[in-house]
Amino acid sequence: MLLSNKFLNLTNYLPILLKFSYFKEQILIINKSVLLFVLQNFKLNSLFQFNSLVCISGVDLLGLKYRFCVVYELLSFCFNLRIRLKVFLNEFSTLCSISDIFVNCVWWEREIWDLFGLFFENNPDLRRILTDYGFEGFPLRKDFPLSGFYGVFYSNVHKIVVEEPVSLSQEYRSFLINN
Amino acid sequence: MLLKKKELFKQLKNFTLNFGPQHPAAHGVLRLVLELNGEIVERADPHIGLLHRGTEKLIEYKTYTQALPYFDRLDYVSMMAQEHTYSLAVEKIGRLQIPQRAKFIRVIFCEITRILNHLLAVGCHALDVGAMTPFLWSFEEREKLMEFYERVSGARLHAAYIRPGGVSADLPIGILDDIFIFCNSFIDRLAEVEEMLTTNRIWKERLIDIGIVSAESAVSWGFSGVMLRGSGIPWDLRKQQPYEVYNELSFSIPVGTGGDCYDRYLVRIEEMRQSVNIVLECLQKIPCGPVKSSDTKISIASRSELKNSMEAVIHHFKFCTEGFILPSGETYAFTEAPKGEFGVYLVTSGTEKPYRCKIRAPGFAHLQGLNYMVQGHMIADVVTIIGTQDIVFGEVDR
Repeated sequence: MLLSNKFLNLTNYLPILLKFSYFKEQILIINKSVLLFVLQNFKLNSLFQFNSLVCISGVDLLGLKYRFCVVYELLSFCFNLRIRLKVFLNEFSTLCSISDIFVNCVWWEREIWDLFGLFFENNPDLRRILTDYGFEGFPLRKDFPLSGFYGVFYSNVHKIVVEEPVSLSQEYRSFLINN
Repeated sequence: MLLKKKELFKQLKNFTLNFGPQHPAAHGVLRLVLELNGEIVERADPHIGLLHRGTEKLIEYKTYTQALPYFDRLDYVSMMAQEHTYSLAVEKIGRLQIPQRAKFIRVIFCEITRILNHLLAVGCHALDVGAMTPFLWSFEEREKLMEFYERVSGARLHAAYIRPGGVSADLPIGILDDIFIFCNSFIDRLAEVEEMLTTNRIWKERLIDIGIVSAESAVSWGFSGVMLRGSGIPWDLRKQQPYEVYNELSFSIPVGTGGDCYDRYLVRIEEMRQSVNIVLECLQKIPCGPVKSSDTKISIASRSELKNSMEAVIHHFKFCTEGFILPSGETYAFTEAPKGEFGVYLVTSGTEKPYRCKIRAPGFAHLQGLNYMVQGHMIADVVTIIGTQDIVFGEVDR
């Protein structure tokens, strides 16, 4: 209890746009230009000690001014505390990689680059990670169709695996009942 | 002719070896590009994604109930632990309370799942290192445990038993007796596996001082679960941030001292013992009562209710056709899955489908640290380290 009060006071000194809690989870929204500074503070300040990056996730908010949201989950072993940092950015902007602060961010950022197409500056190894070699497009974007664009088949004629435009015998049906 | 000594040295290039994706010790479809200097590994570059099925994308197109079975198929050796995490996330957003009996059933089956997973982890690890017998023994025990899965849900592997609002059905008569009998005999089976491995000279030589992870680097690489506890950090979400009824149960957290593969093996064995104790304690404490939330909008109404209540019929119809609607919000639910911290970051938008469901798989974080762990080791130790990380590709690739 005491800790959470102290915690809330301390965050007043950091450049945070919005601070709220949801289901007792602390959520901070920050500007992307201060991301490195805030994370560094959270990691190194002895009153926070968020020294473990749990995961980074991307969210596509298609239709909003800031289309993408990148969410950092941090964990403090010392104080048994979790915090969530959110950064909003639009389609054309890039984000700074946090590999100088958390070494394990590389794969999480690769995943977001792969699935959302968000570019991370200074990431030492920004290749695709989950999709196939030579895949095009960013599958977790909301405007990417569920069935994708290409299907992979084994061609009996050519005796190799070939890529062909996807064709479904039945369209994907969505039973949306709006009432 | 005078030659300078410098010119005699030739520039040597490291040998690059492709390990997998079809390799019995790769635990699935791991493609590992190893840069070797002689037999010493200089760098390992795991290529993952060969089992990518787009689970997160598919979930966005399914209702909350339809999305649940995808979680069984992520880490296909610890099925219920993941359903459980997803159900916790849905319950958190839906502000749903579940009955006490359901909580106990969940804990019993989460611990059974932990034993299932660790049996496979230790068995397959031993198989990779060269001991075949523990593998056969542990699979026999796994078969018995999957029988319990089958009796409650009808499926041996992909149970879909733990659901938002409780569990899908009450326990069949007599299963708790059989779990009790199993627990008592399992301790002996575990002792047999230990007798085979723990003091075995070959096993010790292959594991001790291999893949050492210091406590500091375990934290900075984002490790969780056994990988963290093996390095001496007593961190277990069941104790630190308890969910369900774990705070009412007494169990201890085994930790390693050296952070090598052998310590992690010992931690796994001891965790199985602790899980058996938790199950036994739950068998003592489990109360009678309902196993589902009474909110029939979120958990499906029972057949007898349908016969008597018009309201229940309406809810049943709505549940089966359009699912249920959750208020818009977001949450990160996490549990101590057998492999580590399994998390679900669920974003809802006030419809009957999740807006975004990010799956935080422990294996993904562990595999990222593989390069750090194998550096400077022999190529045969790579197999040991993959085994100790307990990688399952279903969850890494999603």
